[in-house]
Amino acid sequence: MTIGVESGPPKVPLLRDPKLRGLVIQILLCVALAGLVYYLVRAAAANLERSHMASGFGFWNQPAGFDISQSLIDYSSSTSTYGRAFWVGLLNTLLVACIGIVLATIVGFLIGIGRLSSNWLVARLATGYVHLVRNVPLLLQLLFWYSMVLTALPDFRDSVHLPGGGFLSNRGLFLPAPELGGAGPVVMAALLIGIAGVIALALTARRKWLDGRVAAGLGVLLVLALPLAAFVASGGTWTIDYPQMSRFGMRGGMELLPELVALVAALVIYTGAFIAETVRAGIMAVPRGQSEAALALGLSRPLTLRRVIIPQAMRVIIPPLTSQYLNLTKNSSLAVAIGYPDLVQIFTGTVLNQTGQAVEIVAITMAVYLAISLFTALLMNIYNARMAVRER
Amino acid sequence: MKRLITILACASLAMTLATAASASTLDDVKKRGMLNCGANGQLPGFGMPDSQGNWTGLDVDLCRAVAAAVFNDPTKVKFVALTAKDRFTTLQSGDVDVLARNTTWTSSRDSQLGLNATAVTYYDGQGFMVRKDLKVNSALELNDATICVQQGTTTELNLADYFRANKMRLKTVTFLQLEEATSAYESGRCNAFTTDASQLYSVRLKLAKPDDHVVLPEIISKEPLAPFVRHGDDQWFDVVKWVHFAMVNAEELNVTKANVDDQMKSDNPEIKRLLGTEGNYGEQLGLTKDWVRRIVKNVGNYGEVFDRNVGQGSPLKITRGLNSLWTKGGLQYAPPIR
Repeated sequence: MTIGVESGPPKVPLLRDPKLRGLVIQILLCVALAGLVYYLVRAAAANLERSHMASGFGFWNQPAGFDISQSLIDYSSSTSTYGRAFWVGLLNTLLVACIGIVLATIVGFLIGIGRLSSNWLVARLATGYVHLVRNVPLLLQLLFWYSMVLTALPDFRDSVHLPGGGFLSNRGLFLPAPELGGAGPVVMAALLIGIAGVIALALTARRKWLDGRVAAGLGVLLVLALPLAAFVASGGTWTIDYPQMSRFGMRGGMELLPELVALVAALVIYTGAFIAETVRAGIMAVPRGQSEAALALGLSRPLTLRRVIIPQAMRVIIPPLTSQYLNLTKNSSLAVAIGYPDLVQIFTGTVLNQTGQAVEIVAITMAVYLAISLFTALLMNIYNARMAVRER
Repeated sequence: MKRLITILACASLAMTLATAASASTLDDVKKRGMLNCGANGQLPGFGMPDSQGNWTGLDVDLCRAVAAAVFNDPTKVKFVALTAKDRFTTLQSGDVDVLARNTTWTSSRDSQLGLNATAVTYYDGQGFMVRKDLKVNSALELNDATICVQQGTTTELNLADYFRANKMRLKTVTFLQLEEATSAYESGRCNAFTTDASQLYSVRLKLAKPDDHVVLPEIISKEPLAPFVRHGDDQWFDVVKWVHFAMVNAEELNVTKANVDDQMKSDNPEIKRLLGTEGNYGEQLGLTKDWVRRIVKNVGNYGEVFDRNVGQGSPLKITRGLNSLWTKGGLQYAPPIR
């Protein structure tokens, strides 16, 4: 007997082949999971059918009939549909998320850097803030800020008169609103184009095809001059809608709800504490030699922080920062406790109760939060990729 | 988010598991030895546990009466405190047998939600409460007012309808919980607070200075409050419905907690049929012959229950009004037992 030339790995019985076994187990698991989902969906549908409960999305175009205290788009209780109410809620949620993310980032960076400050008082205050805020449940803080806003501000009959025709009371902040009439949509469109232009500028600024100052000037021009030009071009006249005091409150003008202020305050202060810790961790992850080298080269301390430390720290900061942004967005659903009309309050609250279609409405809401979160994560991942170390 | 997931889990998962439990609710209750009752938990006079954890209220007593009829023991009830938002899902999924939580009987709840309203235990209507110093005498003066409202009821719809119908402008601030809605009203965020009139009285009691607030005379909606059961179990539907009717009939025939044993010897044929000394009407319902005696002995007749919980014998001191017996000019009218 001669032994043939061995080709490839030794033969293993099929039963003990780790690759094949892994594959089979994975397939079985997937099939079981799909079967379970299929069973649950079918059983739920059958039960809905048997208990004669309505299902489907027919409610979307039915009139809503209830009032909403804040809407960024036209909404009226008499003519708008449940679908419209959904968009109102979604925009209100996005509004809180956007304002909250910007402000929480600012607060977080200031506090985070403050914690590392060589100034004893600043460092201790920042540390105390983080410990206090991070360890109290957000819902309690939210209720606290809401009752603070309501009790600290005067009753509407004793409203504080602001210069220029504004009013401040526990009904909210009321400011004169410019009424552009027919020119409104055109100016709005011009403003959006301007903002898009600025974003494009910012994204391409790395390529250094423009001097930084020129770019900044161009940005201001885009945001300010473009809408102004559009306004003049459309020949619009404008009036100012001043808020008026009536028997029960305010009429007209622009309105900033106390609920929005309390919600944003609570979210910013809470999330800011977490971002501060992230920032501190990021800065401390930059080797000490970096700042020593920068100082040795004669850079001032602020310049060292801005040009040497922070850019390197960002690589550590961005991934956990993304989670904080997502948390803030999701936590905004606590709005329901203080009467701010966000998506959860309007859609899984009032609409769900009026239509009774829990499965559809909760599924839609969860899908929306998922989409918002994935989109935020996508943006942050792009930013992260841009900030990553470039090997040259 | 957690809340969303909980609701979805209730709505879909529990619904799939409820299949086995829905054969016969009465049998299930008997087998379990306990009635599961969905109640309010926060509304004095209708459903709220006291400091010792004993549940009291008009709705609570309906559940106790059902338990008394089935088990001859009004304590064999497990009360589940439900919010306005998750009450229907909890009933639909079979987690409670009866929903007695100041819930308005409407067509869509009968049809779209797959539920049955049993009988009207309290005729209510939506009203407004304002501060006295606003010097408002009628809800029709509330043009431009800001109104606090608790979400998850028909309240928001009625409110918007009323203002639209009377060509008045309205601002609403909507809250999930009653506590937050009333504290916002109390701190001056709103000019008025609106909810069912019965609830306004109990909310007013809980304010720091109840006398500074007044309930306006207008009632802007019909709110017949009824206990609900699931579609598809007519026997259980009959049981809950007739427990209420029995209590109303008992009041009409002057059968009270105190005199029910004496009334067992009565010669009045209506009382004999009511108390089961003649005929087997209780057994036809799946209960026992002496089901009404059990109810009245343990819980009382409708008038006694009303007085004890919301009427003159309670801090709320709500007048009988629409809830008087039909013989006294009210709407409480029960079909006869025969």
